[in-house]
Amino acid sequence: MATFTLPKNSTVQPGKTFKAEPGAKNVKSFRIYRFDPDSGQNPHTDTYEIDLDKCGPMVLDALIKIKNEVDSTLTFRRSCREGICGSCSMNIDGLNTLACLKPIEDVKGDVKISPLPHMPVVKDLVPDLSQLYAQLRSVEPWLKSDTPPPPDGERRQSKEERAKLDGLWECILCFCCSTACPSYWWNGDRYLGPAVLLQAYRWIADSRDEATGSRLDALQDPFRLYRCHTIMNCTRTCPKGLNPAEAIGKIKQMMVERDS
Amino acid sequence: MSIMQDSREATMFGRRTDGTPIRRPLSPHLQVYDMMQLTSALSISGRITGVVWSVGLLVLVWWLVATASGPGAYGTVSWFLSSWLGVLGLFGLTAAAWFHTLNGLRHLAWDAGYGFDIPTTYKTGQAVLIGTAAMTVLTWLIAIVAWAR
Repeated sequence: MATFTLPKNSTVQPGKTFKAEPGAKNVKSFRIYRFDPDSGQNPHTDTYEIDLDKCGPMVLDALIKIKNEVDSTLTFRRSCREGICGSCSMNIDGLNTLACLKPIEDVKGDVKISPLPHMPVVKDLVPDLSQLYAQLRSVEPWLKSDTPPPPDGERRQSKEERAKLDGLWECILCFCCSTACPSYWWNGDRYLGPAVLLQAYRWIADSRDEATGSRLDALQDPFRLYRCHTIMNCTRTCPKGLNPAEAIGKIKQMMVERDS
Repeated sequence: MSIMQDSREATMFGRRTDGTPIRRPLSPHLQVYDMMQLTSALSISGRITGVVWSVGLLVLVWWLVATASGPGAYGTVSWFLSSWLGVLGLFGLTAAAWFHTLNGLRHLAWDAGYGFDIPTTYKTGQAVLIGTAAMTVLTWLIAIVAWAR
């Protein structure tokens, strides 16, 4: 059920301000969601004033600078710093994106940072993604075929068949889209959400996969697929420029076509 | 509604460093997300105008029943609908009906597989807003001209 407010233990309190060092000229404030499970306190927002003249261009550069030089307790996920690992997904300035791909100068005013929305918070900017991973597993995201591969080793595809996978295989599972979707916020226990449905379509669209029928059967459900109301927040927010809403639309079309 | 427990409950369970259990907080959603971006703003407007239109149908039924009941009841409805509050309400209903219709066409196109890219989504969204304003004003101009004759 949809609950529009935060539970009592989740409301965000004001926090501390870490002032910029004296003499800093190009100062930007980063207002960051903090939660420490050991504190016994509600989450709070800490403000870090950063001298941009001594900081890299991306929001992730600022987070790393804060952790290295200002406050080592700040916790966040990061790895590749070039938009391919999907670790540093978070809500920046009201939209979900990858901190490593978001230029600081794109944000007007203070940079507000919080974890991916409507998720359980482990610590600071680290959400628990196990529900999303379980849902991904449920669509069996691997090649299913009863036909053995040809003796020369490869399952061939035409260029046209391969082209159908473009815009699908590039997904890095950062889950910016799923956690931008109000439908997923309210019904994420049973609705699979845009990221997982895009993965489902990636295998439905694969010419080598022979399980299209059973894959569609598994999605024929009022919640798993049809909680998508084409809000389009998913496509709007995808840091890789993919189109989960279109993939979901194509699944819905295939449902209609096979039933008619 | 279902009484089934939300499967996400299990992921709300965490532990402190010393091993004692803790209920994890839920990260902010509506509180931080930009819901005024065109995508979500038009989506929620579609819901709201749908509800408004349903209420408008009740007004229509009220008017029809009053028309069938006799001059007294009809007089009451006419008095209310021609008051400034009634006219304002009817104007709002017109706008809601036009928005819901035009946005419905947008959804029809999506369901047929067209217009999913973000530039097109923004263009059609803006077209719905402009179309709603234009058609609402046009509807009222026609109504006023018809009344005046």
